[in-house]
Amino acid sequence: MKPRSIRSRRFVDRAVKVLSVSSALVGLVALAWILYEVIRRGIGAFNISFFTKAATPPGVPGGGVANALVGTLLMTVLATVIATPLGILAGVFLAEFGKRSRLAAAARFASNALIGVPSIIIGLFVYGLLVVTTGGFSGYAGAAALAIIMLPIVARTAEDMLNLVPDSLRESALALGAPRWRTTLGVVFRAARAGMLTGVLLAVARISGETAPLLFTALNSPYWTHSLAEPTPNLTVTIFNYAMSPYHDWQRMAWGASLLITAGVLLTTISARALLRGKI
Amino acid sequence: MSPSEMFPVNAGSSVFAARGAAKGEHEADITELPIKVSVRNLNFYYGGNQVLFDNSLDVPANRVTAIIGPSGCGKSTHIRVYNRIYELYRDHRAQGEVLIDRANVLSPSTDVLELRRRVGMIFQKPSPFPMSVFDNVTYGLRLHYRLSGSEIAGRVESALRRAALWDEVKDKMDKSATALSGGQQQRLCIARAIAIEPEIVLMDEPCSAIDPIATAKIEDLIGELKEKYTIVLVTHNMQQAARVSDFTAFFYQGRIVEFGTTRQLFTSPKQKQTENYITGRFG
Repeated sequence: MKPRSIRSRRFVDRAVKVLSVSSALVGLVALAWILYEVIRRGIGAFNISFFTKAATPPGVPGGGVANALVGTLLMTVLATVIATPLGILAGVFLAEFGKRSRLAAAARFASNALIGVPSIIIGLFVYGLLVVTTGGFSGYAGAAALAIIMLPIVARTAEDMLNLVPDSLRESALALGAPRWRTTLGVVFRAARAGMLTGVLLAVARISGETAPLLFTALNSPYWTHSLAEPTPNLTVTIFNYAMSPYHDWQRMAWGASLLITAGVLLTTISARALLRGKI
Repeated sequence: MSPSEMFPVNAGSSVFAARGAAKGEHEADITELPIKVSVRNLNFYYGGNQVLFDNSLDVPANRVTAIIGPSGCGKSTHIRVYNRIYELYRDHRAQGEVLIDRANVLSPSTDVLELRRRVGMIFQKPSPFPMSVFDNVTYGLRLHYRLSGSEIAGRVESALRRAALWDEVKDKMDKSATALSGGQQQRLCIARAIAIEPEIVLMDEPCSAIDPIATAKIEDLIGELKEKYTIVLVTHNMQQAARVSDFTAFFYQGRIVEFGTTRQLFTSPKQKQTENYITGRFG
């Protein structure tokens, strides 16, 4: 047999290194560029009224996105409150009880499919389910659409994190005479809680930037939210509307709102990472 | 097992010569002792794969019974039937009888939670719960008993003392149990198991993941624990079986080849397979 030459090996090694490093750089440059542009153009919109006032009609100077910020926060919190317990319970079923059962396989497949469904489809689905039937756009419908997007993400992360808990821990709790549910809630959850919380935070980060599902459900509104039963202002649809408008003032505010969301998502993601690193 | 660990031909007798005085009770005939666990024709399956064949064994009360044999011979599987912990896995199935105080634990009417209170288990890898040292010991206590705060504190201290851990952790009761050393974690698991006053303690290679000094501590502990509990010790370490046990069962390929007093089994095995194993010719 003829041995491979050291020179060709070195060449291949170097080529793979260069290719992978440059691919990583492309991703990083894109992210840095977006951040740079959003900060450069958005920071100018930040002033007191931007954070404290509701939208003004076109041409009227001043105004802000405070009403949209409040609407987005309300809908995100409501969606999180709905999707977190459901998603974690689904994850518990998948990882602890269902495992290789047929129902679990079906649920796992459905979750994966749901993660891949374009969010606009989910918006349209909720439009048909909650907007048409109740006769109007509402914050509740918006929160429902966001919760549907969150649900499979939370469920799958919870399942993954529970699967990381070694069986020896479950056996130890069961061997002390703990029933299965106490083993899961008292011991396995404790071992997996940082990971599951991370999953919830990442799902929150994901939905706080969603626009399409809100277009058909919460719509938008220039007014303060008095009830989630009405069309509810939110940052992402506001960005969409303002950015498409011909008014310079609105375009500036769209950049400001973009910066606000980007910073929020970045902060959520970073804290999720920190949480995971600190705990597991 | 590597050649260096293998048992020299006469090591069995020399071990007993060294500790002969303390081992007088080995001479007791098993037929005179009260029996705690009686296994009858136990077969065990992983799915369609049978791993235990017609195991029958009498475990004497308040003695240490060692189970030895090469890896994969079914030692751990055998004791995992006593507390039905194998039921965590869907495709594991046991058939036959395991009688504890004459009641068959495999019967569907057995209260599994109460069974596991009576039959504690220590695992190969120390597995402290991700909570404080104190909460680890109280975990089982709170499951099975209603106790006042002071009673709980008393029980925790007594369990930790019996596990020879109290002096090392009495100032760290609120610290996370996962921060303890491996040997301390294993003794914590023993304290956690004996806090609920079991009758039998199953030990599944309890020393295989910890260092020799910690191993010596746990072996001393096993000797003390048998006064109160019936102990079944699975070990792949023959010297350990010889040092701490009163009776020994030799398992090979899912069958119990030989069972007798530890002294008899190590000094004059009746079966050729046993002799080959303890003299290090295979395994």
